[in-house]
Amino acid sequence: MYSLEELEQKARQAVDKKATFGDDVDLDSFDRSFVPHKYLAEEEICAIPQEEQQRLIMSGLDVTDAGRGGTYFQKDTTVVHCHSDEEGIEVMPVTEALKKHDWVKEYFWKLVPVDQDKYTASAFLDLHDGYVIRALPGSKSIYPIQACLYLDKENLQQNVHNLIIAEEGSELHIITGCATSPHMKRGVHVGISEFFVKKGAKLSFTMIHNWAEEMSVRPRSVARVEEGGVFINNYICMKPVRSIQMYPTTHLVGDNAAAMFYSVIVGNPGSYLDIGGRIYLKNRGCRAEIVQRSISNGAHIINRGHLIGEAPDIKAHLECKGLLLSGGIIDSIPQLEGHVEGVDMSHEAAVGKVAQEEINYLMSRGITEEEATSTIVRGFLSVDIKGLPAPLKQEIDRAIDRSNKDAI
Amino acid sequence: MLIIEDLQVELAGRMLLKDIDLEIRPGETHVLFGPNGSGKTSLLMTIMGYPQYVVRKGKITFKGTDITHAPLNERAALGIGMSYQRPPTINGLKTRQMIDICARRKVDAEEMARSLNFEDFLDRDVNAGFSGGEIKRSELLQLKAQDPDLMLFDEPESGVDIENMALIGNTIAQVLQKESPKAGNAKPVARQWKERTKMGLIITHTGYILDYVPADKGQVLYNGVLACAGNPREIFQCIGRLGYEECVKCTV
Repeated sequence: MYSLEELEQKARQAVDKKATFGDDVDLDSFDRSFVPHKYLAEEEICAIPQEEQQRLIMSGLDVTDAGRGGTYFQKDTTVVHCHSDEEGIEVMPVTEALKKHDWVKEYFWKLVPVDQDKYTASAFLDLHDGYVIRALPGSKSIYPIQACLYLDKENLQQNVHNLIIAEEGSELHIITGCATSPHMKRGVHVGISEFFVKKGAKLSFTMIHNWAEEMSVRPRSVARVEEGGVFINNYICMKPVRSIQMYPTTHLVGDNAAAMFYSVIVGNPGSYLDIGGRIYLKNRGCRAEIVQRSISNGAHIINRGHLIGEAPDIKAHLECKGLLLSGGIIDSIPQLEGHVEGVDMSHEAAVGKVAQEEINYLMSRGITEEEATSTIVRGFLSVDIKGLPAPLKQEIDRAIDRSNKDAI
Repeated sequence: MLIIEDLQVELAGRMLLKDIDLEIRPGETHVLFGPNGSGKTSLLMTIMGYPQYVVRKGKITFKGTDITHAPLNERAALGIGMSYQRPPTINGLKTRQMIDICARRKVDAEEMARSLNFEDFLDRDVNAGFSGGEIKRSELLQLKAQDPDLMLFDEPESGVDIENMALIGNTIAQVLQKESPKAGNAKPVARQWKERTKMGLIITHTGYILDYVPADKGQVLYNGVLACAGNPREIFQCIGRLGYEECVKCTV
């Protein structure tokens, strides 16, 4: 089953394998050595410099831990804080969990192929850490668990591996922020995430990216959803970044399993964002929805969406809308694949500008052209995400609002 | 007071309105009749300030200010508002938020929506999937929140079912201060009438609105020319019997 030798062998063979999409990152030009940081007690997190706190807040990490069920905080390569307040929910560093608990091995590299490309290979061969978050059977959390992956050291390649497990009948919400310290410019983040949503469980995972201008980011995530399970995957990225390429994939393997992907992207000049979403609907009654909203202020954005219907009575929809505000390219590539009779799949895609008719309508209610435009843009970005607890929903709205102010 | 003098308006190089003269005094509501394509909506959009309607000649004055070339939002700030026939959908903007924009402050949207039976729509995106009648109620609600002094209504009855017609008609009468005077008011009726400030310009095809709003004046817009100012009911009857073309002859 779990063979480190086999994984290592595969990884070694893939160290030079380029990814299918995105520009190639020369990993050898980055440093992967460990960076020691002191473990912080709860009150010490609150005492970190204001400027850094601000970066963390922008990524959804609340240093006061208010309204949170638990925290995982990794700085560079080192876990600086990790705890859970919520009964039935475990939060552990992955390296420690692999040593302590045999069950963790059942999930490690089970969904993401270690030899997918050089990034997955590197994440195996030079793993720093990452989190294991597990909701025990039947446990329900309302407050989200927060996880923050923070980069501070210039020119670092951060390799993390996360395992998220929602056991049968559980409900788990995670808000995860990735950010760089204010002075940092260049680095790489490679993040492997494997999600396991068991029978009747519900998992929401909200990822907020807050990078630096010369950062390259390569997340690799795959989810597996069993019968009646629900997986909600939200992604927000509105800050400058050199390049991001990701194509999160979900396999709906049980009857009536559901997955929803929502992404809100604002691309700034010099950014190359290749962001996709792929959902396999493998059994009866499965449902999938991908909603992508992107704005280009001069970035090159590629939105890929791929829905694969392999069983009858499935329903899947892909909605991809792009606004070109000031230059750049938005390339929308929706793809639908029906393999049997009885699938119901659709997509709508649009790339355009802010409609003058809408601006005029709002101006006739008494606001200026600039206010009208930003109101429309804000509306465009406020995706109605279903199935989230109210506090998390507000959190996402706030994150969008905050980034919106800077981005527009 | 709204004064339009010798107005000529072009849209995409085509002359739509010619030699328009119109005067609406505080407290007055006018009704605009005319066949499809005669320029009624163009006149309203020009008064509101839509930039694609280019004024080639003439002048629009509102409350003593020349607004002929003022942008939309400045006219709104001066107290002009419009209820549209087919307004655009604004995705992601809740009707509730739109009401705050109209009112220029945070308002009790529920309270305001109650009389229009529109509470259930407050958390829906503005105009998204609204039926004809729902659009009319949404527009009226926005106008109520904005509370302008000059209100332009583009076919407020179109697409409205019988049940909601009374609701819409009575609300328009109320915002235009054209409700029947209430007994028990300390001021005499004549004084109440005299103190009215709101002005209205209503486009109608069906004339239903006349059953609810006692309009002061009717006008027919025909081929871009305003004709036949007079009693709105008489004009409407004339159009019904003889058609627009015959009816405008009376003044030409």
